[in-house]
Amino acid sequence: MTAAPDVSAAPGQVPVAHGLAAPPAPWRLLLRKPTFLIGALILLFWIACAIFGRAIAPHDPLAQDLLATNSPPSGAHPFGVDSIGRDVLSRVIVGARDILLIAPLATLLGTVLGTVLGLAMGYFGGIVDTLVGRVVEAVLALPVVIVAFLFIVAVGPSPLTLIVVVGFIFTPLIARTVRTAVLVEGQQDYLASARLLGERPGYIMFAEILPNVFPVIVVEFTVRLGYAIFAVATLSFLGFGVQQPTPDWGGDIAANYVLLGAGYWWETLFAALAIASLVMALNLVTDAIEQVISS
Amino acid sequence: MTDQGAAEESPHGVPAGPGGPSLQKAPRGRPAEPAEPAPRGFPGGRPPGPAEPTLDVANLDVTYRVRGQNRPAIRNVSFQIGNRESYGLVGESGSGKSTVALALTRYLPRNGLVTSGSVSIAGRDVLALSGSALRALRARTVSMVYQEPGRALNPSIRAGRQIAEVFEIAGLDRQTSTDRAEDMLRKVQIPDPGQVMNRYPHQLSGGMAQRVIIAMALAAEPSLLILDEPTTALDATVEAEVLDLVAGLRADMATSVLFISHNLAVIAKMCDRVGVLYAGELVEEGPASVVFDQPSHPYTVGLLRCIPRRGQRKDHGRLDAIPGFQPAPGQDITGCIYADRCALVIDECRTSPPPPFGIGPDHSARCFRHEEAEGLPRSTPADASLPAPPNADDPIVTLRGLSTTYKNAGSELKALSGIDLTIMRGETLGLVGESGSGKTTLARALLGLVVPDPGSVLEFDGSPLPADLRRRPRQLLRAVQIVFQNPDSALNRRHSVRRLISRPLSRLAGLSGSRLAERLADLVRSVRLEQRHLSLRPGQLSGGLKQRVAIARAFGGGPRLVVCDEPTSALDVSVQAAILNLLADLQAKEQVTYLFISHDLGVVRYLSDRIAVLYLGRLMEVGPAETVFAGPHHPYTEALLSAVPSLDGQRRERIRLAGEIPSAATPPSGCVFHTRCPRKLSTGVCETTEPPLAEVEPGHLMSCHIPVEELRRLQETPR
Repeated sequence: MTAAPDVSAAPGQVPVAHGLAAPPAPWRLLLRKPTFLIGALILLFWIACAIFGRAIAPHDPLAQDLLATNSPPSGAHPFGVDSIGRDVLSRVIVGARDILLIAPLATLLGTVLGTVLGLAMGYFGGIVDTLVGRVVEAVLALPVVIVAFLFIVAVGPSPLTLIVVVGFIFTPLIARTVRTAVLVEGQQDYLASARLLGERPGYIMFAEILPNVFPVIVVEFTVRLGYAIFAVATLSFLGFGVQQPTPDWGGDIAANYVLLGAGYWWETLFAALAIASLVMALNLVTDAIEQVISS
Repeated sequence: MTDQGAAEESPHGVPAGPGGPSLQKAPRGRPAEPAEPAPRGFPGGRPPGPAEPTLDVANLDVTYRVRGQNRPAIRNVSFQIGNRESYGLVGESGSGKSTVALALTRYLPRNGLVTSGSVSIAGRDVLALSGSALRALRARTVSMVYQEPGRALNPSIRAGRQIAEVFEIAGLDRQTSTDRAEDMLRKVQIPDPGQVMNRYPHQLSGGMAQRVIIAMALAAEPSLLILDEPTTALDATVEAEVLDLVAGLRADMATSVLFISHNLAVIAKMCDRVGVLYAGELVEEGPASVVFDQPSHPYTVGLLRCIPRRGQRKDHGRLDAIPGFQPAPGQDITGCIYADRCALVIDECRTSPPPPFGIGPDHSARCFRHEEAEGLPRSTPADASLPAPPNADDPIVTLRGLSTTYKNAGSELKALSGIDLTIMRGETLGLVGESGSGKTTLARALLGLVVPDPGSVLEFDGSPLPADLRRRPRQLLRAVQIVFQNPDSALNRRHSVRRLISRPLSRLAGLSGSRLAERLADLVRSVRLEQRHLSLRPGQLSGGLKQRVAIARAFGGGPRLVVCDEPTSALDVSVQAAILNLLADLQAKEQVTYLFISHDLGVVRYLSDRIAVLYLGRLMEVGPAETVFAGPHHPYTEALLSAVPSLDGQRRERIRLAGEIPSAATPPSGCVFHTRCPRKLSTGVCETTEPPLAEVEPGHLMSCHIPVEELRRLQETPR
């Protein structure tokens, strides 16, 4: 086989060989990371609780067994019973529902708004950047909890109010991160290429730049989600979030923590552990995603 | 290690014959000749006698471990550098040049491993050294200079302190060290060294920083100096100065040099002997003059043919590009590593790796058919369709008084100043100049990406061209397009090739449906991509393929003027040849006009009909390509031409520019070039009056106070 290359090719013909091998898909790399797997497992557990809570829970989380008030963990009530006779385990399981609905939606709202603002600031620059930037700085300078209080008091507490309030609080933070990422992309020649094709700003921002800053946005979303869980739990704890008697981790801690001194630790501890495990799981997942994206 | 005996027997060359453990078979065909003893009149001028080599690399194998798999990067590389010798290692990206340099000083990254072979520097076995001995070796015996001068200096320590540290480590006291550092700066010809001592690295220009680094590298008087692409990031005139400096220092100091570069001409100028590295193997080795004049490996032959030389122009025929690609790292190769791309391949090449065959004194090549290598058949036919010769007086673009000022935080930088230039229909206008000369600004102003100062006149095809891109109608948008320097930046990495090429077809050419698909297929064929590339993303393509996508994109709308902004400077030589051929073919087919920007004069000469030379935002010279190259030249053009190292034997009389390129923020008075002009008039007119761009010959314009006849006389008389 004296395979001499085809010398009689067309003028200037260069046999074009295969492209380079495709890099492995990001999700494949994720699945190889133990931190991601552990985090995702805990997360999935809480998502299952949020969806099927009522079916999984051994007792009705609202039912009061007044004869068993403040009874410690036992076979019938593995996490014990609270001060008004409700099963703590059932309340922890069902309590995942509202927080896992409110926190992601609030984060999503903040991410969408923040992304749009960040893209506009980074792409247009100049006066748009200055004006929006000042507003963003002003919002960042306000004491967050007080503003949230005022808003919730004015509108009245409800899951929707929580979503909007937390979403708005996150918007400027996310906008700032996205703006920085857009400014880095702004150095690239593909934006000049797009302008030379007469593309409109909307197309350039959303079809050209957005896909390239998407990894940054994904990481920002997951980081913010952890904070959102804290924020929602805190507001509920302070009485401005999910209202009793609806099972909720923050609300349940608020209702029972005064009894810690009396030794009724189970009424507070398990709800607190639930919050901690959820935030930790999210951080594990975020870390893994960040590593995969930056590698 | 089995090679040790052979190496000692023939101290003047690579061990000819079976090279090491991986080559069990005795070479068939022509038997390996033992290297001749002590070559007479050898051009390298190495000292006679069986002196121990400064660097001895034997059968070096280096592997990178990537995702659990071993990828060999260097295979069985052996070479030696004698005392005071300068050895060049040349190869394209991915050939393993830098890996060799890192392995020599044990600076390989964590996943890099020397799997076999030995390295000895000044008699010490580097691979066996302990931590402290290795530090001592790096401190005193070997020094390295890298490509990016800006990254090799600590930004928070003054230049003088950084050099003095080298002496302090050697045990001198602080005051003596500082004095010696100043001496070193004087040695590397830095004007006013006392002042430079106190500067921070960001206050130094690129050329100055590289000199400081060279000063640091030579401070310890090392036995071996490794230069890894030391001038690649520098401008031509600065590069010439740094190369002269290294050559001069080498004559004074007892230092051997390993010079690594992708630039064959630089290696030819700087080195006594040269090794050609391909995919981790040393395919050819020998005296630089011999290897470049009578190459004996088909790869070396192919590489040399890729470079436009001896005034070759597009109407003389196409360049001979090397077909195919360098094998991916880690690929299993049983026979010759170059077999897949070689036009001389025979069965034997596929089954057994060729050993180094001795060819002449100190010259060897790993090729069974080394005797026929120089007659390598062309892989690209020489003849090609030519564009209709451009009409000499039919301008498609007219620029009058084009000025551009960048304003930043109150300070102004005049990037272009009163440019008058026409581009003729169907021609290629080459735009030449060093960094900061305003080449890219001129291109961007033409494209509408930068808005020029009021008063600037831009005309396209006889009618005014709106300065702002957003004011240009679709017809003008599609008429002027660009191929950027770096395809990684110019192509959206999240879009598929299909989307990238289709978009101009729908946006500019207004195509859709089956007509778009037809034109897309046509376009893909004419830039020599394949259908299956369409579904890939840019990240999955090699550099050359990416640039083809960028070219297809520029041609999608049916442009009449394409700006090529250094389209090949990010590419390897063999890929560059294919892209230059493609640009020439497309021009012939589409009757398009090019504004071709490049710092590579050989490339500009190959492609251009006319040439414009920019310096500090002003036109120095404009004229037909052959006239500009033949002279009489503007003194700046003359300096540029003599700064570029050439592979062709004839060395022109060098004129060297003194000092640095002035900042465009504070341009010199009068003629902006007078601060560096070696032919400045003594009357003082150059300092006070800016010379007009005047026609000195038909079609040849120059901005110089010296009468053209005087220039002709000066440039013809050897100095």
